[in-house]
Amino acid sequence: MVVFEKPHALTDAVLHYCPGCTHGIVHRLVAESIDELGIEGKTIGIAPVGCSVLAYNYFNCDMIEAAHGRAPAVATGVKRALPDNIVFAYQGDGDLASIGLCETVSTACRGENVTIIFINNAIYGMTGGQMAPTSLLGQVTQTSPYGRDPKTQGYPIRICELLATLDAPAYLERVTVNSVKNVNRAKKAIKKAFQNQIDGKGFSLVEVLSACPTNWGMTPQKALQWIDEAMIPAYPLGVFRDKGAE
Amino acid sequence: MKETVLMKGNEAIAEAAILAGCRHYFGYPITPQTEVAAYMAKKMPKIGGTFLQAESEIAAINMVYGAASTGKPAMTSSSSPGIALKCEGISYLAGADLPALIVNVQRGGPGLGGIQPSQADYFLVTRGPGHGDFHVLVFAPASVQEMADLTGRALHLAWKYRMPAMLLADGTMGQMMEPVQLPEPHNAFGTDNPWATTGTELKRPHNIINSLELSPEKLEQNNFSRYERYRQVEENETLWEEYLMDDARICIVACGITARISRNAIAEARKEGIKVGMIRPITLWPFPKAPLARAAEQVDSLLCVEMNMGQMKEDVVLAIRCQKPVDLCARVGGMIPTPDEVLAHIRTLAKGGNA
Repeated sequence: MVVFEKPHALTDAVLHYCPGCTHGIVHRLVAESIDELGIEGKTIGIAPVGCSVLAYNYFNCDMIEAAHGRAPAVATGVKRALPDNIVFAYQGDGDLASIGLCETVSTACRGENVTIIFINNAIYGMTGGQMAPTSLLGQVTQTSPYGRDPKTQGYPIRICELLATLDAPAYLERVTVNSVKNVNRAKKAIKKAFQNQIDGKGFSLVEVLSACPTNWGMTPQKALQWIDEAMIPAYPLGVFRDKGAE
Repeated sequence: MKETVLMKGNEAIAEAAILAGCRHYFGYPITPQTEVAAYMAKKMPKIGGTFLQAESEIAAINMVYGAASTGKPAMTSSSSPGIALKCEGISYLAGADLPALIVNVQRGGPGLGGIQPSQADYFLVTRGPGHGDFHVLVFAPASVQEMADLTGRALHLAWKYRMPAMLLADGTMGQMMEPVQLPEPHNAFGTDNPWATTGTELKRPHNIINSLELSPEKLEQNNFSRYERYRQVEENETLWEEYLMDDARICIVACGITARISRNAIAEARKEGIKVGMIRPITLWPFPKAPLARAAEQVDSLLCVEMNMGQMKEDVVLAIRCQKPVDLCARVGGMIPTPDEVLAHIRTLAKGGNA
């Protein structure tokens, strides 16, 4: 009896992610949701610029690679052209919360019926560990070598809280994947963000607090702990909007 | 017979795009092209199409990228400063081999410049508007009728060659009203787009729309094959008009509104017995090099009439391989040359001097 297998929505390509990176877990949760909802054949995914730039090689559905930060605009174009298809964007914090912030807020504000998976690991991974808009106060990165100083480098941006000020979004939840319990919760949230789109409920975004052991300079175990100790206090987990439940 | 209607240039573009089958428009307000967006905003919801006012020029061109990825005809329109913002997206469209129509109703620059007509985006759009090696098809209409006709042609060729196409007008062309005969509704596009991301239906391997290629060997090959396509475009799709060139000793080179103005100057000069004609490039890329090279064998001199500081003149000098002197009659910043100014240049050249 098969008790565990690779989701059909994932290709056989070998992931390029670093050991201990949680992108792989989130990719799997997205693919499991697509499988369980039976939507692979009509799903179109948008990959960002950042560590998950090659996500188009990992998902079996049709995929589009977008310019840095523009995935929500590309998703909008796809959804308007093919309203009966399922469209998701998979973006990191530099992509979604910095260079693409305007597209993020505007797409949410329009209530575009798309699903966004937002990976917040508080750092630019692909370029080698620079300060992200979500880097924590005091966090040491390549471009904040003395720790993020709010006097000159500002404060971390909380995307779910920011988007929760808008009327249009249907669903906003922050989750993490640093324990089995949290992975299960993240799965529920991601699947719901796709189900909402199928039901025509509108803009759904799931923020996933993720680990970057390589650029945080930690072991994978320590990185998962750091999510509990440092990230969750700054980015509380929870549901910030759920129109379905209201 | 087809009905003749009186239309603004900007509205003719919008209607011609709809008649050619385009149903997805994404734009951002900017003078002097606003009528394109206003027309689309009224019409698209009534014919089941998309009109979306994007949050920025950047978002608009990326929405075009998304819609074009599905194989559906999509377009945007803007004016010079907005086109500069779209350049990133245009490069991605070219890199992913996606078709799209971009309308540029030019205004004076650089920077915020002004809102009066200009042709100062010539370099920007003919050299590949964005980073990397690429071209876009560039059409320069000289009448409202041509704006309508070339809109359909631009959409058709963009799909045929899977590359972005630009309709390059200016504030004058966009705002002026002329009688125009619109085409019958037609489909300017192929309906079979096996490359498009429309969902696999679990019946085929997944399609990927992408410009990233990390292997330099493969990326080089991608560029080579794209340039092979460009070579075919140059061979088959170059358009120009020759006017009174049979006996000409002076050849004016002008496109768009300055070609219209030059016609008046040519008529006056001919009355004075000066043998002057004109070659009007209709595609700016590909540029009509061959007819200019032929003309250079025949004439004593050439005169570029431009609403920029002589950007097209560089292409003319290259096309004729510096065989004959090329003079320039230029007004910029939103100023439009008068027929008298052009005539004065013609007279000076006819006397064998430099204008």
